[in-house]
Amino acid sequence: MLFVTENFIFTLIGTVAFAILAPVVGCLLAGLDRIISARMQGRVGPPLLQPYYDVRKLIAKDDVTVSGVDGVYMTCALVFTAFAGGIFFSGGNLLMSAFVITMAALFFIMAAYSSRSPFAELGAGREAVQVMSYEPMVLLMAVCFFMAAGSFNVGETFWLKLPVICYTIPAFIGFLFILTIKLRKSPFDLSTSHHAHQELVRGTTTEMSGKTLAKVEVMHWCETVLFLGWTGMFFIWGNPVSIVLAIVAALAAWFFEIWIDNNFARVKWQAMLKWAWIVALVCGGINIVLLAFI
Amino acid sequence: MELISFLILFPLVIAVLLLFVKADWPRNVIVGMSAAVIAVASIALSVRYIGAPWIGFEFSSEVADYIGTTIGVVIAATVIGFGVKYKNYFAVVLAAIQVVGSLVFEFGFAHSVHVPVGLYIDSLSIVMALIIGVIGSGICVYALGYMMDFQKHLDDHGEEEGLTELQRRDRRPTFFALMFVFLSAMYVIVFSNNMTWMFTGWEVTTVCSFLLIAYTRTEEAIRNAFRQIIMNIAGGIGFLVALFLAVILANTLSFERFVLIGLEHPEIVSVAVCALAFAGLTKSAQMPFHTWLLGAMVAPTPTSALLHSSTMVKAGVFLLIKLAPLFMVCTVPASMVVLVGGFTFMLCSFMAISQSNAKRVLAYSTIANLGLIVACAGVGSPEAIWAATLLVIFHAAAKSLLFLCVGTAEHHIGSRDIEDMDLLFDRMPRLARFMMLGIMCMFIAPFGMLIAKWATLVSFVEAGQLILILLLAFGSGATFMFWAKWLGKLSGIAGSPENVELTVHPSEWISLVIMACIAVVACIALPIVSNAFVEPYIVSVFGVLGRDVTIDNLWISSILAVFVFVVLFGGVRSSKKKRVSAYLSGVSVDDATRTYRNSLSGESVATSRNLYLDSYFGEDKMRPIGEALCGAIIVVALLASGLVVPPIL
Repeated sequence: MLFVTENFIFTLIGTVAFAILAPVVGCLLAGLDRIISARMQGRVGPPLLQPYYDVRKLIAKDDVTVSGVDGVYMTCALVFTAFAGGIFFSGGNLLMSAFVITMAALFFIMAAYSSRSPFAELGAGREAVQVMSYEPMVLLMAVCFFMAAGSFNVGETFWLKLPVICYTIPAFIGFLFILTIKLRKSPFDLSTSHHAHQELVRGTTTEMSGKTLAKVEVMHWCETVLFLGWTGMFFIWGNPVSIVLAIVAALAAWFFEIWIDNNFARVKWQAMLKWAWIVALVCGGINIVLLAFI
Repeated sequence: MELISFLILFPLVIAVLLLFVKADWPRNVIVGMSAAVIAVASIALSVRYIGAPWIGFEFSSEVADYIGTTIGVVIAATVIGFGVKYKNYFAVVLAAIQVVGSLVFEFGFAHSVHVPVGLYIDSLSIVMALIIGVIGSGICVYALGYMMDFQKHLDDHGEEEGLTELQRRDRRPTFFALMFVFLSAMYVIVFSNNMTWMFTGWEVTTVCSFLLIAYTRTEEAIRNAFRQIIMNIAGGIGFLVALFLAVILANTLSFERFVLIGLEHPEIVSVAVCALAFAGLTKSAQMPFHTWLLGAMVAPTPTSALLHSSTMVKAGVFLLIKLAPLFMVCTVPASMVVLVGGFTFMLCSFMAISQSNAKRVLAYSTIANLGLIVACAGVGSPEAIWAATLLVIFHAAAKSLLFLCVGTAEHHIGSRDIEDMDLLFDRMPRLARFMMLGIMCMFIAPFGMLIAKWATLVSFVEAGQLILILLLAFGSGATFMFWAKWLGKLSGIAGSPENVELTVHPSEWISLVIMACIAVVACIALPIVSNAFVEPYIVSVFGVLGRDVTIDNLWISSILAVFVFVVLFGGVRSSKKKRVSAYLSGVSVDDATRTYRNSLSGESVATSRNLYLDSYFGEDKMRPIGEALCGAIIVVALLASGLVVPPIL
């Protein structure tokens, strides 16, 4: 067996579709995020389309760069994010999606390192620690999904009698924990923070400006959509209504993350690493044992 | 058959020839030409037998048996000679035990068993032959330029560094002869069906590696060489025990018959499998034997690349992969191999985080990857073997590329510390890209390693290896960390290129480019590699393919690989954008050294180092845990299998 099947074409179509739609959805979510956060802090907040205005302005700015290559790395990061989304939303392989999005994180790290700014290097190092913190749980979550659904293929969920969440509650809790890290929300926004009071000098994005910074924003929108997709995946089964349930569940998780973001101060990386791994070991470990023996 | 004999004998002839060549240029010609011949012969072999099932060749010869015995005695004499000279009597005792054992075996037991089919070929040996023939001989070519620099450094600076005359001597004829003997011995291992011949090849690789590690004759080199020889002779004694058991219990010395008998009567071969697995674990430097591979890093870099990344350690995992069908039926050795491999993978990945010496990072990641392969072999299912074989291929290609890059960088920037590789992208632009390529091939999506890791996960789940899943999950996280920070260090650009790579020898470039091409082709042609080399082996051993990673995903990763290569070699270059200095808490004075004007109008230097997480993953914390754990696992497994008295066939 050497030649591609129709699934391959679906993935490519899915990637293009994700690259067009995810920034739109992600941008709206980012706008809502800012409004909700503002309300939690007793402010009115910016208009819904403020993230879009910000990015449009960034794109219009002059091209100034330190290393000259950070823009290329960020383009790579964007393309890989699009592929990860395309693989996932076309019903492809969950593990593949997880690995490809890690690749995007890697290019983001390299973009930060390329400037040789000590502040950016610090941020990039922390970003690497963040990846190391959440990676075990992501893998274990995928394994639990595999054991519950019988396949790594996300598309299989539409033929299930019961949604995956029925078998994977511990793993889902663990996933929610690392979702905070993946979305770069406080208390785990170590590499670079959206909250001005958390930093003296910005971490990873210290030396990024103009179009490069715009790419970081867009990548973040796309990531948000993808990770919420992963959340929703737990709630899908062979009933079309489940899609609505999945969207509601994903939005609830997202609201929960915003609430955490606004209520916790940043922790040190030591604490993040320790807790993320403990959670992965306990939640993931228990869930795998349960699935294997029950 | 002719090709196989040629591949075994030709390097030996060249080795003898090289022993007598003292001048540079004839050596360059001989090594270059014969490396090309070996590579072409290996490729011809693979083309001729591509997709072949197991094919045996009727070949047995008393003479070959006696030559094998003689080689065994010579090896033991060499080790004993060195042991007496450097007063390492433990090594002497072990070597004596081994030689007595093998003589008793040869004259007391082996003659009662006749092995008509002495040689064989199958898809796995084709893969190994390609690795040995193309990557191995490529490293020999690289060694030409490298050793020239190495010797020049000894001649120019050796005396002021306090090295004795003995340590400065030009030992290159021996060096290159050993490299080629080594290649020959590897071919013997992968093509022999006669287990005594395999054992001879096994011992030759051990002693070659011993002599190559001791190359510089410094105190450290001698110490580490003895560490290597002691651990590997212990493994060799395990192999010898397995040979005795195979004759006594199963009455065969044919590896193929041994496996067939084992599949029918697991209880008979279980102990022998355990002993063989022990030999495989020592050779592939699994904990607690990992220290020999770390110590071996004192050797000149081509040695590290040839012996410790692409070929010698692969002999260990090769044996374990060959034993995989038996692991499916023999629980005790299988559990030993699976657990030792899994723990080694995780703990060595952890320790790699705490290292800043590039060669040590490579050593730890080698051990970790071997651990993963070993664990897959121990699981023994078709999926696991598919993954293990792919891991062998990708690891060989990417790791040798990385070793060679580090070697060249060391000679030109004067350090093998990753922190000193800052700005390598400016100073050695081509080399830095090769290094980045190697790192990417090693660990991340969308390359081969990822696919292999994934198949590993699937096979662990299918086999119910729950502990292994956890070990793999945490180990993978650590893997990302240590590679990503190295990659980041390499990617720094200050825009003041003072190119120092113009003095790199052409022979080094040639082999670097060959390695890079192999890595790139292997990644892009992943579906074809799997189809042509790996799947035929799985089918020939198991009869079925198992639940494989679908072809669509292989092609997706192939596309992504193309994309990354294009970016790395085409996209990342200086742009026409307006360039500014990085923010340094003051006006920047010099970007390359990160000097800036501080608030007192003086100059300050901004420094930053990568995170090494010593307090969590330091060697002093991890190593005792790993050695105690894996040591205990091995002891318990050996005792458990030794206590059961096996029936005699």
